[in-house]
Amino acid sequence: MDFELTDDQVALSDGIRDLCQGRFDIDTVRGLADCGGVDRRLWAELADTGVFSLVVPEEDGGVGLGWAEAGLVFEQLGRSLVPGPLVGTLLASGRTDDAVVGLIERPIGPALVEYPDVIDALLVVDKDGVWRVDAAALSFEAAHSVDPLTPVGRVAVLPQGEAVVDHCYGWANRAVFLYSALQVGLATGARELAVAYAQERQQFGKPIGQFQAVKHMCADMYSREEVARAALYYAGCAMDATHGPGLPADPGNYLYFEGNTNDPGDVRGDREHEVMVRAISGARILAAEAADHNGKDCVQIHGGMGFTWEIDAHLYLKRAWALTPCFGSLDEHAERIAAMV
Amino acid sequence: MDIRFTAEEAAFRDELRVWLTDVLPTLGDPPDSDDWPARREWDTGWQRMLYDAGYAGINWPSEFGGRGSTPTEHLIFLEETTRMGAPYVGMNFVGQLHAGPTLILEATPEQQARHLPAMLKGEEVWCQGFSEPNAGSDLASLSTRAIRDGDHYVVTGQKIWTSFGHVADYCELLVRTDTEAPKHRGITWLICPMDLPGIEVRPITTVAGSSEFCEVFFDEVRIPVENRVGHENDGWRVAMVTFSFERGTAFISELLGTMNQLAEMADIARNISCNGSLAWDDDEIRREIGRLQAEYDALWALTKRVVSQAQRTGMPGPGGSVFKLYYADVKKRMADLAHRMLEREALVFGSEAGDEQTGGDMVASRLYVLSLSIAAGTSEIQRNIIGERILGLPKER
Repeated sequence: MDFELTDDQVALSDGIRDLCQGRFDIDTVRGLADCGGVDRRLWAELADTGVFSLVVPEEDGGVGLGWAEAGLVFEQLGRSLVPGPLVGTLLASGRTDDAVVGLIERPIGPALVEYPDVIDALLVVDKDGVWRVDAAALSFEAAHSVDPLTPVGRVAVLPQGEAVVDHCYGWANRAVFLYSALQVGLATGARELAVAYAQERQQFGKPIGQFQAVKHMCADMYSREEVARAALYYAGCAMDATHGPGLPADPGNYLYFEGNTNDPGDVRGDREHEVMVRAISGARILAAEAADHNGKDCVQIHGGMGFTWEIDAHLYLKRAWALTPCFGSLDEHAERIAAMV
Repeated sequence: MDIRFTAEEAAFRDELRVWLTDVLPTLGDPPDSDDWPARREWDTGWQRMLYDAGYAGINWPSEFGGRGSTPTEHLIFLEETTRMGAPYVGMNFVGQLHAGPTLILEATPEQQARHLPAMLKGEEVWCQGFSEPNAGSDLASLSTRAIRDGDHYVVTGQKIWTSFGHVADYCELLVRTDTEAPKHRGITWLICPMDLPGIEVRPITTVAGSSEFCEVFFDEVRIPVENRVGHENDGWRVAMVTFSFERGTAFISELLGTMNQLAEMADIARNISCNGSLAWDDDEIRREIGRLQAEYDALWALTKRVVSQAQRTGMPGPGGSVFKLYYADVKKRMADLAHRMLEREALVFGSEAGDEQTGGDMVASRLYVLSLSIAAGTSEIQRNIIGERILGLPKER
């Protein structure tokens, strides 16, 4: 066992970090809100770096890495607030030729689709499979998103679309894992912003970070983030250890969600698979809550300024919120774990 | 990152499992928690069995009689012994995990030869004389005085929270040898035999009604100078250097025991009624069990990260303070959940599925968990450590 990043993994994480700092500084990110969340030139840079083809095998033109690495990369994207349909585009890589791909679980009734103005296609996951809906087939009604970096449009009825794969096994797990990685990154970014402010902001003649009330809040932010990070990395390793990297064509024992699956396998009988599913759902709960709590604490530590549009604290919190109600509520994940205790 | 164990690690686990399968059935029933002579025999007897099988001092270097295992093997050892219900380190705790490592790093060859083999064989029980009534979180302000008189230190003062003080043979004792120097620079580390004249041990009754803690009073106790470990006034460094032995394994038994306990609670919830229906049919109870499991799984992953960092660099990562802070809160929530399910049975001791430290009693567990955010550095001190040492926030003092 060596549950610590390898030199290659550190280099990958640092490389993405440098890319984000160089190309997605906060002014650029804020600017993306005015162009639907995606600038095609910057998006192409992410694609060229291999961000979206990370887990596609090398023989199919991908980077050929595992889910653990995908988690590290998405963590850094979250930390820098990089907007766009990152999860959908990664999962579509190697399956469709679209550059910018949204992702949604087929709702009963109208759908709120992310990044309506910039996606080429939308992948729709339901219990029968995964379907590609061309953006041209979607007509959006305007909606005002809570998160300026996650614009949404309302679609009255989602078209059925063309089948991309005829099963849904593993899609929810993989999507949820990547959302969790983004959220661990958001929790980190919010904590870093709060700590920097606590060091520089003076009241009563001292930096506010010297007061235990503020210092302890920062310590709790760090703790949540570290525990969520451990859960995330474990989930990534469990995915790689269970099924190997890549997107398996064989449905195997993949699980969609309990009660909403035609999975033929007996999940409780497969110890390795159970460890993986439990790890993914656990990472999901902890990452979502760390991002939410750290976002709120970041606002709080900034005081009145934290309530302004000008300070970035709200951007972390809002993105954390936007990434939570996707592929199962936190309660559903808790239920899924409880069934395995 | 690789969470899989190597072939060598798997072989270590298999060998340990075989041994545990052989010896555990020979142990009989554990003694009553207030039968101190029997508890001493139980704990030290287990230590002797570990010694004979080559598992004693698992993390001690082999030149000092230890097994010299890697941090990962140490983790496997704790995982398997906990999973198979082997005895807890118990009153060998201070000797195995604190005083022993201190002697290995700082003592003279004579002191090492005198004590280390005896600790490994379960022939010496040690206790810790660090905290005082007026030196808790601010440990370095301790004031138990040691005055040099020829080849002895004459010690007068009071220690507190000394676990197993009434059973121990020796105490790792911090005393004030210089009252003028800055507080960290006037402390000395002594080996104190507990049978010296002038020592009085008084058990403290805890909120759970148990009495493993003691106060220890020193009235002109004469301790030979040859019992000093390290230089005079260098005892703070000697005490702190011991932490370099820590490899992130300190809470493994505790955490895995708690995970077993949660599994038992889930089984109970599937079988008992609560507010007139099955406890498991209550959404909040079921989801809280799921969340607690998620958090324990994450803390287990965090532990593996810290241990892996120790294996790579020799020093555990910063996860230790995070673990302790987070774990104390989660375990309190679990105890509260247990009591929701118990309803009026929560009024009486003796309900099942508590943790091993409290003899499987949920009510005793609910009380025991109150100590988790206090002992070995309060949660407030952990937050200071995280805030100042990890995040770089300015010190208050």
